[in-house]
Amino acid sequence: MIRVGKQFDVLVVGAGPAGLAAAACASEQGARVGIVDDNPQLGGQIWRTGLGDVGAELADWSRRLISGGVEILSGARVFDGPRPDIVRAETDQGLLAIGYRKLVLATGARERFLPFPRWTLPNVMGAGALQAFVKSGFPIAGKRVVVAGTGPLLLAVAAYLRGKGAEIAMICEQASRASLATFSLSLLGHRQKIAQGLSLRKELAGVPFRTSCWPIAAAGNGVLKAVLISKGANFQKIDCDFLACGFHLVPNTELPALLGCRLRDGFVEVDRLQQTSMPGVYCAGEPTGIGGVELSVVEGQVAGLAAVGREDAAERLFGEGRKLRKFAHALERAFALRPELKSTCLPETIVCRCEDVTYARLKPYSSWRAAKLQSRCGMGPCQGRVCGPATEFLFGWAQDSVRPPVFPTRIESLVVSASEAEQPIVH
Amino acid sequence: MSSGNFDVVIVGAGIVGAACAEECSRVGLRVAVVDQDAIGGGATAAGMGHIVTMDDSEAQFSLTRYSQTLWQELRPELPQDVEYEQCGTIWVAADDDEMKEVFRKRAYYSHRGVPVEVLNSAELERLEPNLRKGMAGGLLVPEDAVLYPPCAARFLIERAQSHGAKLNLGTAVVKVGGGEVRLADGTLFATRTIVNAAGTWAKTLTPGISVKKRKGHLVITDRCPGFVRHQLVELGYLKSAHSVSADSVAFNVQPRQTGQLLIGSSRQYGSETQDVDSEILSRMVECAQHYLPSLANASAIRVWTGFRAATPDKLPLIGPWPPDSTVYLATGHEGLGITTSLGTAKLLAAQLTGGPPEIPAEPYLPLRMETLEHAHV
Amino acid sequence: MSEQIVSEQITVVVNGASVVVPIGATIAVAMALAGVPCRRSASGEPRGPLCAMGICFECRARIDGVPHRRSCQTLCSAGMQVSTDD
Repeated sequence: MIRVGKQFDVLVVGAGPAGLAAAACASEQGARVGIVDDNPQLGGQIWRTGLGDVGAELADWSRRLISGGVEILSGARVFDGPRPDIVRAETDQGLLAIGYRKLVLATGARERFLPFPRWTLPNVMGAGALQAFVKSGFPIAGKRVVVAGTGPLLLAVAAYLRGKGAEIAMICEQASRASLATFSLSLLGHRQKIAQGLSLRKELAGVPFRTSCWPIAAAGNGVLKAVLISKGANFQKIDCDFLACGFHLVPNTELPALLGCRLRDGFVEVDRLQQTSMPGVYCAGEPTGIGGVELSVVEGQVAGLAAVGREDAAERLFGEGRKLRKFAHALERAFALRPELKSTCLPETIVCRCEDVTYARLKPYSSWRAAKLQSRCGMGPCQGRVCGPATEFLFGWAQDSVRPPVFPTRIESLVVSASEAEQPIVH
Repeated sequence: MSSGNFDVVIVGAGIVGAACAEECSRVGLRVAVVDQDAIGGGATAAGMGHIVTMDDSEAQFSLTRYSQTLWQELRPELPQDVEYEQCGTIWVAADDDEMKEVFRKRAYYSHRGVPVEVLNSAELERLEPNLRKGMAGGLLVPEDAVLYPPCAARFLIERAQSHGAKLNLGTAVVKVGGGEVRLADGTLFATRTIVNAAGTWAKTLTPGISVKKRKGHLVITDRCPGFVRHQLVELGYLKSAHSVSADSVAFNVQPRQTGQLLIGSSRQYGSETQDVDSEILSRMVECAQHYLPSLANASAIRVWTGFRAATPDKLPLIGPWPPDSTVYLATGHEGLGITTSLGTAKLLAAQLTGGPPEIPAEPYLPLRMETLEHAHV
Repeated sequence: MSEQIVSEQITVVVNGASVVVPIGATIAVAMALAGVPCRRSASGEPRGPLCAMGICFECRARIDGVPHRRSCQTLCSAGMQVSTDD
C-alpha cells in the first residue's frame, strides 16, 4: 500500500466550479497548489463530463489549472483532518497524507431526497443523479422519464436527457405557478440566466410541465414501472422507466464541520473573503449557501485570491458576488418546499434506506439522537446524508455533531503511518 | 413543582438504571427513573453489548456469571430489536504462553460450572477461518452472548413502566440527596431512596464516589456476514482492562446480527473530550488487523468514543452510600455494564427490600472504598 | 456517407456474466446494463443507485475482491470482476 506525503501552500478540496476557480487563481499568484477530489474526473457534479464532451467552462478552468502548475489528485476522498495542517484522503490504491498552509473547502452540495411510498425501487434516482448516470455511460435513448422535485435543475436535467434521446413524460415542479412567476421576474437583470431560460424552453418544447405537482408514490415489481403524481386533490398515473427526482440541494458541510468551522443555519459561516471561523481555512460555493454555478465560481476566485494574500484582487469580485447572491435568495424563496411534502409518507414507507427504517418507526421520537439509538436510522454508510435532510424536513430534527471519518473508509486507512505522526514529507 | 412520592428514584436510564427500575418496580416498589437525555444515551449507547462471564476475580466471576444466567432466562421475552444472539466468546491464544492461560481459564470455569471448550489451532481455524493463521488456539465459552444495548435498556424501561414506574427524560438533574432529586426545571422528586445509576455522571451528582472516566473507541464496519461468528477477544484483553494508568488497546471484535463488525477496544484515563483520538484509534485498528488480516479492506462506516465508569478495584459500586442514608449507588461497572446490569438490579432490589441476595453482595458495597482508601494511605 | 463515431468498448464481468460497456463508463452503469440490482437492502429489497455521486451507498458492490466499493465512482477497466451481495 502506497503512502505519500505531499505539501502545498494551498490545498483545495473539491474540483467542482468553486474548487477549480480557487485553485486556478491561487496558482496564478505563484502559490504551490494542489486540488483533491473523489471523482475520477474534474468538474464536480454540475460540470461532470463522463463520456461526453468537455464543456467550455470546464475546459477554460482546466487549462488555467494546468498552466498554473496545480497538482491534481483525482480519485482521492478526504475523510479526516487530524491536525490543522494535514488532511488524509483515501484512494483505491491507498492513502494520501496531504500537508497544507491554507485550505480551501469546496465540497459542494448533494441532492435532497424526500421519501414517498416505494421510492426505494430501482430506477428512482435523484434528478442530477440520473443526468450523472447517463453522462457515465448509461444509454437513456428510448426510455421514458419523469422528472420531478423542485428547482431550475429539473429543467436542465430534462433538457439534457431529452438531448440524449429520452422521452420526457412530464416535468413535475412542486412549487406553485405563482412562485415561479415571481422567480421569473427576478431573472430580469441576469442576462445570462434569461438566455439560459429561453434556450431551455426551446429544448423542452412539447414536454408537459406541471406546477404544484409532486410524486406521491412509485410503482413496479422489483423495478420502477410507473409514478403516481398529485393532481390537485387527485392523482395521475404515468408509466415510465425512470424517475429523476430531487428536492433542491443540501450543502456538504461535514468536512468543514469536522475541521472546526462554525456553521450558521446549516451553512458554513464565512466572511466576505470566504474565510471561515478556522484560521487559514476558506470555504467557497454551495457549502456557504446554495447559490448556483456562477456564484460558486465567483466565491472560488475570492477564496483562492484571499488564500494567497491578494485581498485587493478578491475585493473586485464582491459586487458580482452580491448580485448573484440576490438571485440565490430569490431561488430559495421561489422553490421553498411545500408542507404537503411532509404528508406523502405512509407508515411503511422507508425513510432510512441503509437500515430500512420506516416512517412509522421514526415518528414517535422527538430527536435525531433518540431515533438513531433506538432504530439505527442514520447509522448506515450514508452517515445520515440521505436520511438526515429527510428527517429534518419531516420531523424537524437537528443533526448530530460530526466525527471522523466523514466518509466510510477502509479499515486500513484508519492506521496512521509513522511518517504522518511526525511531519509530512516536503517535496 | 413536586412530583409524587416514590420509594425509589433512579437517576440514569442507561442499562443499569433501566434494569434496576424493572426489578424494583416488579417487586412492588414505587419507582421513578430520570435521565438528562434519551434512554441508554451514555456508555450504554457507546459500548459493545457483550454478555460475558469474566474470571478476573472471584467477585467479578460471581456477578458476571449470575447476570449472564439472568440474561439467558430473559432471552425468550426480548424483542427482535434487542438483537440478542448467543454467539459465544472465543478467547484467542496467539502463542503457547497464552495457551497456558487458556488451560488455566478452562480449569477455572469448569470448576465453577461454566461450559467451556479448549480449541487447538486447527479447531480455532475451522471455527474462525478469518483469523490470522498460526494462532495457538483458544477457549470457547458458548453461553456468552451479544445484544444491542440501547434497545435492551428501552425494553427494561418499558417493562418497568408496565409495573407502574414513571419516566422523566430530557431534563438535567441538578441535585441528589437527602431524599430528594431535583431537576433543572425545578421538578422535585421526594423519595425514600435515591439510586445513583448515572455512570460517568455519577460523581458529579454524588461527590466523593471513587469513579473515573475511562475512554474507549469503537469502529463499526459495513456488512460482512459470516466474517466472524463469535465475539473474539485476545487474552491480552485482561492486561488492558487491568492497567490503571497507561493508555492501552486490545483486540475485541463482535459480529452483529446485521453482519456488521464492531471493533474495539481501547482504554484511556485522563481524556475528558469525546473527540476521536487518531493515535489510539490507529493502534486499536492495527491490533485488530493483526488478528484478522482481511479486515483491512472492510469499510469502516463510523468511529465513536464513550466513557466507562471505572473504579479502583474493577468492581462496581452496588449498595448504600454511607454519607447519605437515602442514597444507594449502582455504578462503576467499567466495561461490564451490559453483562452485570441484571445482577446489579437483583442485588439492589434485595438491599432495598431487605431480602436475601442470591450472591454475596459484600464485594460490591460502596463501603469497601473507605477501607481501600485507608489501605493506600 | 455520414461518419459514425463508435466509442471504444471494454468488457467487465458482473456476477459471472460478461457485460460490454463504453470506455469511461462506471461499474454502476455496467450493473444496470447487466440487469442486476446493485444490492439487497436489510429487508431484502432490490436497490439501485440513488445519488450517482458516492453519497448514498446504494450502488456498493464487491469490485475486484474489495467489498463495499461505490460503483458509481468506479470506472470500468477491462476484465474487472464485480459481484453483488455475496
